[in-house]
Amino acid sequence: MEATITLHVDGEKRELTVDTRTTLLDALRDRLGNTSPKKGCDHGQCGSCTVLLEGRRVVSCLTFAVAHDGATVTTAAGLAGEDQLHPVARAFVDHDGFQCGYCTPGQVCSAVGMLEEAGADWPSHVTEDLRAPVTLDDAEIRERMSGNLCRCGAYVNIVAAIREASR
Amino acid sequence: MKPFAYTRPAEAADAVAEVAANPDAAYIGGGTNLVDHMKLGIAEPTSLVDVRDLLSHRVEKLPDGRIRVGAAVPNSDLAAHPEIREHYPVLSQALLAGASGQLRNAATTGGNLLQRTRCVYFQNRAMPCNKREPGTGCAAIEGYGRYNAVLGASEHCVATHPSDMAVALTALGAQVRVLGPSGERTIDLPGLHRLPGDTPQRDTILEHGDLITAVDLPRLPLAARSAYRKVRDRASYAFALVSVAAALRVVDGTVEDVRVAFGGLAHAPWRAHRAEEELRGGPATEEAFRDAARAELADAETGPGNAFKVPMAVNTLAATLRDLSTEETS
Ligand SMILES: Cc1cc2nc3c(=O)[nH]c(=O)nc-3n(C[C@H](O)[C@H](O)[C@H](O)COP(=O)(O)OP(=O)(O)OC[C@H]3O[C@@H](n4cnc5c(N)ncnc54)[C@H](O)[C@@H]3O)c2cc1C
Ligand code: SF4
Ligand code: FES
Ligand code: FES
Repeated sequence: MEATITLHVDGEKRELTVDTRTTLLDALRDRLGNTSPKKGCDHGQCGSCTVLLEGRRVVSCLTFAVAHDGATVTTAAGLAGEDQLHPVARAFVDHDGFQCGYCTPGQVCSAVGMLEEAGADWPSHVTEDLRAPVTLDDAEIRERMSGNLCRCGAYVNIVAAIREASR
Repeated sequence: MKPFAYTRPAEAADAVAEVAANPDAAYIGGGTNLVDHMKLGIAEPTSLVDVRDLLSHRVEKLPDGRIRVGAAVPNSDLAAHPEIREHYPVLSQALLAGASGQLRNAATTGGNLLQRTRCVYFQNRAMPCNKREPGTGCAAIEGYGRYNAVLGASEHCVATHPSDMAVALTALGAQVRVLGPSGERTIDLPGLHRLPGDTPQRDTILEHGDLITAVDLPRLPLAARSAYRKVRDRASYAFALVSVAAALRVVDGTVEDVRVAFGGLAHAPWRAHRAEEELRGGPATEEAFRDAARAELADAETGPGNAFKVPMAVNTLAATLRDLSTEETS
């Protein structure tokens, strides 16, 4: 069964007709040619398909595109300005926060969403005092980024990049 | 994946009518469990009714002091809500111990309660599983047993319930509000989830077409001092082997009131009434905490894969209550 939907992807309005079975990830990659979000596991386990949906980080592989008619989607590619990288992406480059780069677009989107959450003082599993403002130390960064796996194991530099970007 | 129709009704009554009329229809919230199951071929709805628009996204205080959580409230928003952090920390902590930031942003309160077991055989269509295909047998009994239940299991199914949030809600004694084809009703936790018996295909007492509309938290001053402790194979982003949700009030070294629920031990979140009775009125000592936990686990049945869960549950409850009681005196 098909449905026609509109998505606002990285600042561009895109209309498309999708089979209802199409995930948001497949719609972005296969239908709209936006290969920034990556398909790692396709089951919500690795985070490489992370995008910002209405500004919030989500995995795009566990949701159908048809459920997001009219939504705003930002991928890592859409975070960049005219001719400069987003500060989080810049920090990943400066700190070698990747090796093969496959997980990186998901890591960057996740970090951008995560910094917003921490900025709003959302607690995490490692936050000692649920009522206190959040201090984004390394333990907090690791816990909040635990939904993004990196098969190259670039974690140490990913944490360093996010630490810098959070300043 | 089988083709399916997708609708997004604006009224709850329309959604209920639509699902009730079609045995192959299903509600969908955040989709983080259902879409996964559709990909695995273990759920094959022909019609999906998206309920995120018609359900409440609000956490509101009722005139009598209870808190009503709309069924569409995302897990992350519920965990971060000031009222929950302040008065029901066990619930914030349970939510934050589950899944990942991305998943919690998408997952809904209703969907979280109804997520299905992570039993590896249930998730693999090639294996026999009484929950997925009644009458085929249970591959987990002789198979990989690390996550198997130790309380309330049956010869037909030894799966455990995976939700962390549900364990906290069970300790709090929350009520689930349901709209069904014949009207509204409320279910007191832990009454929603059932033990497997000889019908493990049924996770809960809900009937087809029943829609969870909200979860009500009782006014419970005791819960201001409460905590969730989860033991798992990784430090983060893994399901519980054993978990404990507890609330405790100690006065002059005596347990005045206590609430305990276990996760990871059974087919349903396990309210530990026996342990609570042992503890109430007794000394708030490590020894008493351990004795109470042992009493709760007296009927545990284990195999080689999951025997560790009994001492782990005892240690986890003792540690949780110890932390809560020392917090008290500091
Ligand atoms: C990689 C991974 C790790 C995870 N780790 C954890 C963990 O550690 N701890 C944990 O607790 N959870 C964990 N989860 C599970 C996650 O919490 C659930 O998938 C999520 O809470 C389900 O909510 P949802 O809104 O996405 O549900 P959906 O997938 O939309 O729905 C789930 C079920 O509920 C039904 N449903 C949905 N809403 C309603 C309603 N209002 N009324 C009636 N029926 C309804 C659907 O028909 C479906 O059967 C993990 C998930 C993944 C993918
Ligand atoms: S434990 Fe339950 S869910 Fe797992 S294989 Fe056995 S019947 Fe299926
Ligand atoms: S591809 Fe979506 S989480 Fe792995
Ligand atoms: S950089 Fe290769 S997977 Fe992360």
